[in-house]
Amino acid sequence: MKLCRVTGNVVATVKHPAYRGHKLMIVQPVDEAGADVGTTFLAVDLVQAGPGDTVLVMQEGNGVRQILRVDKLPIRSVIVGVVDAVSAS
Amino acid sequence: MYLGRVLGTVVASRKAEGLVGVPFLFVQPVDAKLAAVGEPQVAADATRTAGPADLVYLVGAREASLALDETFVPVDAAIVGIVDQVST
Repeated sequence: MKLCRVTGNVVATVKHPAYRGHKLMIVQPVDEAGADVGTTFLAVDLVQAGPGDTVLVMQEGNGVRQILRVDKLPIRSVIVGVVDAVSAS
Repeated sequence: MYLGRVLGTVVASRKAEGLVGVPFLFVQPVDAKLAAVGEPQVAADATRTAGPADLVYLVGAREASLALDETFVPVDAAIVGIVDQVST
């Protein structure tokens, strides 16, 4: 899983039915100090995260299908936790 | 999943079984500021309505085929939404 910061969201009317009712967030991967690492990507929010939140993002479709209990779901990235604190020495 | 800008269409009359009738588009992946990231790629259009200049979002890997009607097909990127608005 990746540590990311939520930077915004994406709105779409025309979309695959699997994405209906889900909030799609823009996330920026960060390191343990909160600095940006790599490029932004999109993730479905399952934990009511908001812009500025540090979150835990899973990027693995099988895990998503297990969580949402749906077969054949074309969703690969989901926000699975809002991070309170990261401690690294 | 990631954002992309549709550059154009791709037509292949001879293709793997299961891909017949699936539209393909040439897409440049972009970041949240809509700046190009990496190389352009070909993606199956699961919305069937995207076109050149549209801002879209895509799903990659195994999940790309799960967006299509026939789900056991050889694709590794699929357009699953047409973006109305990006808020940052």
